[in-house]
Amino acid sequence: MDNALFEYLVRLGDDSLILGHRLSEWCGHGPILEEDIAMTNIALDLVGQTTSILKYAGEVEGKGRTEDDLAFLRYEREYRNTLLVEQPNGDFGVTMMRQFLFDAFRKPLFEQLVNSSDAQIAAIAAKSLKETKYHFKHSAEWVIRLGDGTEESHERVQNALNDLWRYTDEMFFTDEVDRDLESRGITFSMEDLKNTWQETVKSVLDQATLEIPTNGWQHDGGRKGLHSEHLGYILAELQYMQRAYPGMEW
Amino acid sequence: MVAKERIWELMEEVFDPEVPVLTVVDLGVVRDVNFENDSWKITITPTYSGCPAMKRIEDDILEKLKENGIENASVELVLSPAWTTDWLSESGKKKLKEYGIAPPVAEVDKSVLFAERPIVPCPKCNSKRTKMISQFGSTACKAHYQCEECLEPFDYFKCLK
Ligand SMILES: [Zn+2]
Repeated sequence: MDNALFEYLVRLGDDSLILGHRLSEWCGHGPILEEDIAMTNIALDLVGQTTSILKYAGEVEGKGRTEDDLAFLRYEREYRNTLLVEQPNGDFGVTMMRQFLFDAFRKPLFEQLVNSSDAQIAAIAAKSLKETKYHFKHSAEWVIRLGDGTEESHERVQNALNDLWRYTDEMFFTDEVDRDLESRGITFSMEDLKNTWQETVKSVLDQATLEIPTNGWQHDGGRKGLHSEHLGYILAELQYMQRAYPGMEW
Repeated sequence: MVAKERIWELMEEVFDPEVPVLTVVDLGVVRDVNFENDSWKITITPTYSGCPAMKRIEDDILEKLKENGIENASVELVLSPAWTTDWLSESGKKKLKEYGIAPPVAEVDKSVLFAERPIVPCPKCNSKRTKMISQFGSTACKAHYQCEECLEPFDYFKCLK
């Protein structure tokens, strides 16, 4: 089995799986009906992308695990999502800020991956990129509206940014897996990705009149399976049905 | 053996579960029909990654073939090339409008923040004085609009390229 490729796909798939689940928690709780629908639509796209990614991961692994097995039947330490996506929803401003920081990473990532030497990754990226452009536009516009909005909305999204900033560096985590895949033309420069992300984030936050925190401390661990306490609660809910009724389908 | 044309005809009788005026051929979801290894293979592609209708479409296609005596068939889902609203047939766009859903219009690059919204004519009164209520509508493929002339709220089948 191609261990590096499997590991990479799980990282890619777990980010969208966990963020998709977080967004789905807004279902029926959105601040306005249109945003309730928007967040659940985006959740659906993310979970759909996860389906394609984890399905392929299962094929690469070659042990007969399906996308459902991977999504519902792994233990916490086997999840490889970044800590950013498992952070709680907070208020609408927190959710939009988390989404924006992620979309600003995911969009250029897929723009790179459409040129992957791995045909299946290129296909998934081309499909997902079209959706991600909508997500990015949605979250970036909200960050600007809220940041450059009322005193209260400004304060709330600034606080959200201050809280979430320490989880952003981890998206650019690089180890031997990335170096191996990059040498094979399957993935591309994380350095370029980070530069693009920084430019986008700076430009949007400037428009939003928000200040990038200067505190340099950054968390990591998610890519190695070391998560915050939040992931356990997410998995308890996500996996409940499959654990209680193994093999259940509908 | 039935002709390939016959299979395509049958595909024209399979409707999209979420927009039931469109067939899966109008929608551009059926990409190919082939006979290989003694079996018909229908190749389909999803509109959106998370489109919950795909499984249903797959079942409906097999059901339709079965009703017509074709048992040896399978459906394959492919992601590439990725679906685009350019594949909606002209008759499909017409049917959408008659059904009350505005068909896709050409849009600028979606990455441009606060870009001019495309002008989406009202499917009821054709007025161009319409406004977007939400970028995301009743399903992943639609946005929500309202006509400022006749006040009709309507779905817009948004452009995906
Ligand atoms: Zn009208």
